[in-house]
Amino acid sequence: MLKLKNIYKTFNAGTINEKVALYDVNLTLNDGDFVTVIGGNGAGKSTLQNVISGAINPDYGTIEINNINITKLPEYKRAKFIGRVFQDPMLGTASDMWIEENLALAYKRGEKRSPLKWMIDSEKEKIFEESLSKLGLSLENRMKSKVRLLSGGQRQAITLLMATIKKPDLLMLDEHTAALDPKTANLVLTLTKEIIEEHNITTLMITHNMRDALTYGNRLIMMDQGKIIFDVSGDAKKKLTVEDLLKKFNQTKDAPSDAMILG
Amino acid sequence: MIGSLLGAIGQGFIWGVMVLGIFITYKILNVSDLTVDGSFATGGAVFAVSLLANIDTSICLLLAMIAGGLCGLITGLLHTKCKIPAILAGILTQLGLYSINLRILGDKANVSISQLSTNITFISKITNLTHTRSGMVLGIVVSIICVLILYFLLGTEFGASIRATGNNETMIRALGVNTDNIKLFGIILSNMLIGLSGAMLVQMNKYADVGMGKGAIVYGLASIVIGEVFFRRFQNFGIKLISSIFGCIVFFIIRAIVIRLGLKANDMQLISAVIVVIALAMPIFKENMAMRNIGKKNNWNNYRKNKDVDEIVEDKMTRINVTESGGGEYA
Repeated sequence: MLKLKNIYKTFNAGTINEKVALYDVNLTLNDGDFVTVIGGNGAGKSTLQNVISGAINPDYGTIEINNINITKLPEYKRAKFIGRVFQDPMLGTASDMWIEENLALAYKRGEKRSPLKWMIDSEKEKIFEESLSKLGLSLENRMKSKVRLLSGGQRQAITLLMATIKKPDLLMLDEHTAALDPKTANLVLTLTKEIIEEHNITTLMITHNMRDALTYGNRLIMMDQGKIIFDVSGDAKKKLTVEDLLKKFNQTKDAPSDAMILG
Repeated sequence: MIGSLLGAIGQGFIWGVMVLGIFITYKILNVSDLTVDGSFATGGAVFAVSLLANIDTSICLLLAMIAGGLCGLITGLLHTKCKIPAILAGILTQLGLYSINLRILGDKANVSISQLSTNITFISKITNLTHTRSGMVLGIVVSIICVLILYFLLGTEFGASIRATGNNETMIRALGVNTDNIKLFGIILSNMLIGLSGAMLVQMNKYADVGMGKGAIVYGLASIVIGEVFFRRFQNFGIKLISSIFGCIVFFIIRAIVIRLGLKANDMQLISAVIVVIALAMPIFKENMAMRNIGKKNNWNNYRKNKDVDEIVEDKMTRINVTESGGGEYA
C-alpha cells in the first residue's frame, strides 16, 4: 500500500547545525495495517510523516502509494490519498467556519471543487449529521456553530472525522492526542480506533505514549536517529510490554526522554 | 444639503465596489494587498483611454476590469511564485503601476471624457435624472450585482476553499487545495472589482487622473471598519458584504460633512487614517480597560447584563484567538 524506499533527509547539510533526520528508511505498509510509531525527540518520526505527506521533500528515495510514485507530487496533490490529523488542534479545522462547512470541505478532499455547486446540500447535511452523531459528542446539534467555539478535544474529534469522512488510502495521525488532557485523549483515541476499524483504514500513528503504542494497532515501529530500529507486528507485538520497549530505548545511544519514562 | 448627501451616497456605492475587492483580500483571504492604489487608477485610465478610442462603454468597463485583474495577477505572481511577502509585492506593483498609468494616459496627469457618452449619461438620458443621481443608480446596480455574485461564489465548493485558505492554509492544503492558486485567483478577482470601481469613478468625475487611487486602500479599510461597527452582530456572510458597502457610504457621508465644516477634501486622507488607527487599536484599549477593572465591584454584573452567555463565551474565544495569532491583523 505505502512503500518507502531508501529515504534520506538531512537538514542544514554542510553546516554546523547538520541534522540527519532520516537515514535509509525503508518501510512497507500493508492494506489495513494500523502502525504506531514511537521514538525520542528528534528520532525522525515527524520528518517521516512530513516526507510522506509532502510537506518536506526527501533528499533521496521514492515514495509509493498503491504503486503510484508520489515522490514528486506536491503536498496538495497527495491529499487525494492521505487524511491527516495534526498535533495542534488549531491546525486541523478552519475556526471561523461552521462545523458542517469544515466537513463539507473535507468531503471533497483531493477532488475538484466546483465554482457552480453549492458547498452544502440537504443530502450532504444528512451524511454529516449521521457521522457527527457517531462521535457521541452531541455535535450534530451544533452543525452551524463556528469551530472556534469548540474545545481542543472536540476539534480533534472533528478533524479525525474530516480526515476519514472520505475514506483515505492512508491516515496519518501526528501525536493527535498530545495536546489534550488524559480523559479527552482517551476519548479521541477510542474514537480513532472505532473509525479505523469500521472502515479498515491503513493508519500511521505517531505517539509519545508507549502504552498507547502498545494498546493500539497491529504493528509497532521504533525510530532512533533517523532509522527504524525496531519493527514488530502481530502476536509478537501483543506480547510486548512497556518494560521491553524501555529496554530497547536504553540500548539506543540516546537516553530516553522524560516523556518516554512517563509513558 | 440633500444634493451633497446624495452625491456622497453615490460616491459610496461606486467606491463600495472597490471596498468589496479589498474585503476579498483583507478579510477573506487574509492577505494584505496594497496594489489597490495603483490598480484603481489603472482601471480608470484604461476606461478613459478606451472610451476616447470610441469603444462601447460596456466593453470599456470590461477592459478596465481586465486591466485591474492583470495588476492583481502581477502582485499575485510576485507573492505566490516568488514568495515575496504580500505587502511588499503589492507596494512594488503599485509603484510600477504609477509609470504604467501615466503611459496609458499618454503622459498626461489627467484625461477628460466630459464630451463622451457613458453608462451614466445613458442612465440620465432614459430617466431624466441629474448626472450625480444617475451615477448613484449605476453604483447601486453594479454594487448589487457584485454582492450577489460574490455571495453565491463564496458559498460554492470552490468559494469555500477560498474562505478556508484565508482561515487555515495548512488545513485546506492537507485537503487537496492548491492554496497558491487560490490566493492568485483571489487577488485577481479583488483587483478586477477595484478596476471596475475606478472606471465608474471616471464616469462620475468625467475625467481620469493618475493620482485618483491615492489613499484608496485606507478609504477601503476605513469603510470595512465602519461597516463592522454597524453590523457587528450579524454573522451572515451576505450581510458582511453589504456591510462593507454600507461602511463606504457612511465614510463618504462623513467626508461630505467634514468638507461642509470647512475642511479640505485632502484632509480626508488624515481623517481616514485616524479612523483606521482607532479601529485597529480599539480592541487593545478595551483589553487594557478591562484589565484595570478586574476585580472591581459590579464589573462582572455589568458585563453579564449587557451580553448573553453565548456571547461571553465567544468573546473569550476571540480574545484567545487574537493573542494566539499574535495580535490578529485587522481582527
